[in-house]
Amino acid sequence: MIEGLHLFVDIVSWILLIIGSICVLIGGIGVLRMPDFYSRLHAASLTDTMATLALLSGMILQAGFSLAAAKLFAIMLFLLLTGPTATYALANSALLSGYKPKTDVLEKKVS
Amino acid sequence: MKLFEFLGYYNYWVFAVLLMIGFYAVIAKANLIKKLIGLSLFQSAVFLMYISMDKVEGGTAPIIKPDAVDQLYSNPLPQVLILTAIVVGVSTLALGLAIVVRIKERYGTIEENEILDAD
Amino acid sequence: MTIIFAIFLLTMLVITAVAIVQSSNLFVSVMLTSIFSLLMSINFFVLDAADVALTEAAVGAGITTVIFLSALALTATQEKPNSSGRGIALVVVGLTASLIIYATFDKPRLGDPNAPVHQHVAPYYLDNTMEQMGFPNVVTAVLSSYRGYDTLGEVFVVFAACIGVLFILDARTGTGPMYVARQMTGLRHHLIPQVVARILVPFIVLFGLYVQFHGEYGPGGGFQAGAIIATAFILYALIEGEQAALRAVPRSAQLGLVICGALLFGMVGVLCMIMGGEFLDYSVLMENPVTARQIGIIVIEAGVGMAVCGAMLSIFHAFAARSAGDTHETV
Repeated sequence: MIEGLHLFVDIVSWILLIIGSICVLIGGIGVLRMPDFYSRLHAASLTDTMATLALLSGMILQAGFSLAAAKLFAIMLFLLLTGPTATYALANSALLSGYKPKTDVLEKKVS
Repeated sequence: MKLFEFLGYYNYWVFAVLLMIGFYAVIAKANLIKKLIGLSLFQSAVFLMYISMDKVEGGTAPIIKPDAVDQLYSNPLPQVLILTAIVVGVSTLALGLAIVVRIKERYGTIEENEILDAD
Repeated sequence: MTIIFAIFLLTMLVITAVAIVQSSNLFVSVMLTSIFSLLMSINFFVLDAADVALTEAAVGAGITTVIFLSALALTATQEKPNSSGRGIALVVVGLTASLIIYATFDKPRLGDPNAPVHQHVAPYYLDNTMEQMGFPNVVTAVLSSYRGYDTLGEVFVVFAACIGVLFILDARTGTGPMYVARQMTGLRHHLIPQVVARILVPFIVLFGLYVQFHGEYGPGGGFQAGAIIATAFILYALIEGEQAALRAVPRSAQLGLVICGALLFGMVGVLCMIMGGEFLDYSVLMENPVTARQIGIIVIEAGVGMAVCGAMLSIFHAFAARSAGDTHETV
């Protein structure tokens, strides 16, 4: 019974780690391929939130019930608090310095 | 050669390449701030060489665990030297940037050839 | 597995360095330098240097970027293209790089336990730290006690650099015409960063104090703690504006921190001489030499932390006040 529980926690943590890695990869490809600054920023923010949640939860499950898990939880809280704030500050300063989002790409396809 | 030996030499080759990239920025670029950035790259490459000298195969960070006998530890001495060097590096960088700010106010430009022409 | 990670990190370092030198926008170069420092600190951690990784992350990726950005705000952000002298520079650089690579074939392989660097002094430090000092972190023991002179010199170098920057950038204490005129308001539309920063600043200071006092049992110490606490106050200054930050930590307090830190370090050494030992020999401070060494090291690390924190804050405020002042005398 305890063996099964260990195996179950192991499998769940590995699935979470793989999901987190795929999110980082998608975020990276999005930053390179998106046409505009704001859409690139949106793709990069995927790394800040989804990948942080998935990767750090997977690591907490791997660490078990110890001091390392508490430290990882504190790091996750800190990253979830400051990552979106940094994205907001970046987009805000871009908008305030006159950088307008590109909206004509979709209109060309429609007309 | 084996993979671990290749990794050992790779550390030193990357050190040589980074050293030369920083040095190139110092001698070939005319902008004063670019030169300072190149200087900080040069310093970081030297740190890399010192720290890669201290690794012992199978060792761990030099914080002694009292209950583990027969444990190899990495060498603490280069780490102490580099700790000092990092803080001194940032202090001299701040001083250099202050001088660049004053040069800009005095001459109106931070390109080296224009400063030499204006003198 | 670690080998692949290490090779990947080193390759990323080279790519980032080339991008730093090639880009003509200085703002991009400074941001890439911050990423370079972060990659370097991860590399240090892979090579088993935990204290150095913490210092590089706090000082290199944090303070250096802020100082560069405040200097960039006072000078230009675009570099003019210049192509004279590039050929000779490339030839010299290529020649020197191949010479250095040829020389590295003589070095002992990475991680060899029989290399000369591991033979003479390092085993003495590793064996005798627990019984002479009583705490596990060997790097802190060597930094504060076995090699205390180097740390004393370094505190004085930081002090001298701080005084030098204050002289060059002409920062005066007290009020003058350039402090009353402009009202630095910080960011515009800044509600979200303001709320988040107000939550974070006390926790960053708490973490800095933890790193300071825990430096004997884990990675940490005075330098990292000073840089982290200075970062907390710089974050406050960036969000709330320079006037509010100067009300919180006035110029006299910043200078006082630097001076008291350096004096504390020197005074501990002199006190050791007065009590009968040599300069910076802590074992004469109390009855039990192990406890005496621990007390001496705690006081010294506090001095180092205060000096580094005050120096970084003074340098940042000197740069920030320069851009707020309207008087530029061509002296």
